[in-house]
Amino acid sequence: MAGASEAVTGQAEAHAHHPPYLQHHFVSADQQFDAAKLGIWLFLVTEILLFSGMFVAYAVYRVWHPEVFQAASKLLDWRLGGLNTIVLLTSSYTVALAVHYAQTGNQKLLVRNLWLTILLAGVFMVVKYFEYTEKFHHHIFPGGNYAYEGLQLPYVGQFFSIYFVMTGIHGLHVLVGMGVLTWVALRARRGDFSSEYYTPVEISALYWHLVDIIWIFLFPLLYLIH
Amino acid sequence: MATQTVATATTGQPEIHYLNHAKGLKSWLLTLDHKRIGLLYLISVVFFFIVGGILALLIRAELFEPGQTLMTAETYNHIFTLHGAVMIFLFLIPAVPAVLGNFALPIMIGAKDVAFPRLNLASWYIFWLGALTMLVGIVTSGLDTGWTFYTPYSTMTSSGVTWVALGVFILGFSSILTGLNFIVTVHKMRAPGLTWSRLPLFVWGLYATSIVQILATPVLGITVLLLALERIMKIGIFDPALGGDPILFQHFFWFYSHPAVYIMILPAFGVISELIGTFSRKGIFGYKFVALSSVAIAFLGFLVWGHHMFVSGQSATAATVFSLLTFLIGVPTGVKVLNWVASLYRGSIWLRTPLLYALAFLFVFPIGGFTGIALGTLGLNVPLHDTYFVVAHFHYVMVSGGLLAFLGGLHYWWPKMFGRLYNEKLAQLAALLIFVGFNVTFFPQFILGTQGMPRRYFDYVPEFTTLHQLSTVGSWILGLGLLLVAGYLLHSLFKGRQAPANPWGAGTLEWTHTGRLPSPHNFDRIPVVTRGPYDYHLAEEIFGNGHTGQEATVTPSKEQSQQPESTR
Repeated sequence: MAGASEAVTGQAEAHAHHPPYLQHHFVSADQQFDAAKLGIWLFLVTEILLFSGMFVAYAVYRVWHPEVFQAASKLLDWRLGGLNTIVLLTSSYTVALAVHYAQTGNQKLLVRNLWLTILLAGVFMVVKYFEYTEKFHHHIFPGGNYAYEGLQLPYVGQFFSIYFVMTGIHGLHVLVGMGVLTWVALRARRGDFSSEYYTPVEISALYWHLVDIIWIFLFPLLYLIH
Repeated sequence: MATQTVATATTGQPEIHYLNHAKGLKSWLLTLDHKRIGLLYLISVVFFFIVGGILALLIRAELFEPGQTLMTAETYNHIFTLHGAVMIFLFLIPAVPAVLGNFALPIMIGAKDVAFPRLNLASWYIFWLGALTMLVGIVTSGLDTGWTFYTPYSTMTSSGVTWVALGVFILGFSSILTGLNFIVTVHKMRAPGLTWSRLPLFVWGLYATSIVQILATPVLGITVLLLALERIMKIGIFDPALGGDPILFQHFFWFYSHPAVYIMILPAFGVISELIGTFSRKGIFGYKFVALSSVAIAFLGFLVWGHHMFVSGQSATAATVFSLLTFLIGVPTGVKVLNWVASLYRGSIWLRTPLLYALAFLFVFPIGGFTGIALGTLGLNVPLHDTYFVVAHFHYVMVSGGLLAFLGGLHYWWPKMFGRLYNEKLAQLAALLIFVGFNVTFFPQFILGTQGMPRRYFDYVPEFTTLHQLSTVGSWILGLGLLLVAGYLLHSLFKGRQAPANPWGAGTLEWTHTGRLPSPHNFDRIPVVTRGPYDYHLAEEIFGNGHTGQEATVTPSKEQSQQPESTR
């Protein structure tokens, strides 16, 4: 018996058929792709747990003060929130299309769908901007700084703390997503991706879906309390 | 008797290894090599350990006599807070995974590197960014909340809580990225034949740790972020003056910080398994139980945070459930301790420094564990809460887990890291000093606690003087032992005798399949694994030299007696 050691992959022979995108420490492109995918899924788990703290704070304060949440929620415009939901869902569709076109090697449509996604993300942020300015205009600030004359209730500041922190951190994620997708789009335009190698498209799309799905929870929890 | 050292392929030419293949500061600061990143972390955590250690000596010195001796009460508050924050966030959490794990894990599983080398380097930079952010707050305005940042004091104090909270937030990313990297590496990068049941137990320990890092750290992240926002924007989630709930902060904080205890202890368990497996020459008794008990502890660790809050006003039902779950943690932990002892039983024990640390751990850790069970009982917790009993308990757990295992692991992997041996006699003396010093420091604190000495107090009644002085003297012995370690390790670094490739006769890949120092990509050829990590009944495969000429064997030397399972 040969014992504990024997060679499977000599480095020299492995280098001979290395595709350019394969990093040296992986044995095969499949291994590299699988590792990247597992990595991004684990990262998404950490993202969910980051938001989980805020969801717990939401649950605790809503259980304690349901009537305050109901009243405060009326100050949010469900039409704008709803519009943003549609915008983000559409962007999830376009980013999924981008992955599809990456897999089928259609560079033109890949690039186009990536830019579309970024555009929709931009629309989301613009709507968010108008929502925030309108709130600030009425002195609706988080927590101790809340000073809106139209609705004075104890704990209403907590609702808006949770609203601003959750949507703020979510908005930050949208901005990061726009940055990442722009980088992927530029690389796609340069022709870095093919049906053989499209890992960055896939993992940034997974990240984008997470950003979308968190909003899917935020929207009803914040805007649609009756 | 064969006496081979590692055969370098071309004799005469200097051996190319990971330390000399690229030179200069830049090659270190931009390295993607997990081994070099491990060493970068080593320098970093040792630095912070020295800082935290000096703070600890200052605390003990102040407590040598009742009343003010060295510093004012305010300064004392700052010092003990810094000691806790530095030791936990900057030493204990990164020490074993980021130093020893980074260095050993990829080699142990037969990989060329971790799955994401760039993230790995990034995590080191993020570590320093977080550490510096913390230090900015500490240097400019101090920190006097205790490392737990309990509200409402932490929202009121003028000390640097905001900066430190942001620093902890950033440090969390470093910890998460390391954990993420390790999980993916273990899942996807194992060498052919290295099944889950053949993984070295250190890898299992790191794997369980990584799960905790990934699941718990983000919650700490959002907690300290909310705390910082509380101070910056008055969000009123935790601040009772604004209608917030300080108990909610405690829930959030301990939801991370209790599992964080397992971030510190699980990799330590892994190191101890490795040491006992190697130096008892017998294989680990109940391998699967030892491996899976790590995962069980990681899981149960998430369900017990409430035992930190028995006197914070949580409901009796919740307290009862948390108490019961706390006892449950004793089961997988007991499994481990039993199996380690059973592994030593009728083994061929080779009493070298790394094993001495493991034995010290076996003595110290159960004391920490049992007193933890005592603190988990609802009745006893009330009088013992916030006394020196708690201080002694968590030092018995953390110092045994963090420090003894780190030192044991460092002494074990040192020859592989630097290719040199250290002075065994001095090392054994230092291990003894550390063991004695540790117990003299902290055992009296159990007694002080039962007599009612509250933790974090600057002053005490004269009756406690003797025990406090004993404890302080212990801290000097401990400090002396650590100085000795620093001395001979530095000597070894420059003047130490050259180590053979496998000085301990260990059976894991980093010893059997690399040279005196690993090559930049660890292996010339990816190994195929055909046996378990501690299969000493297959001694020939561990020590043998019959296949490719790449295997290491134990080099007998004048001082170092050969082991029974010698080479053919």
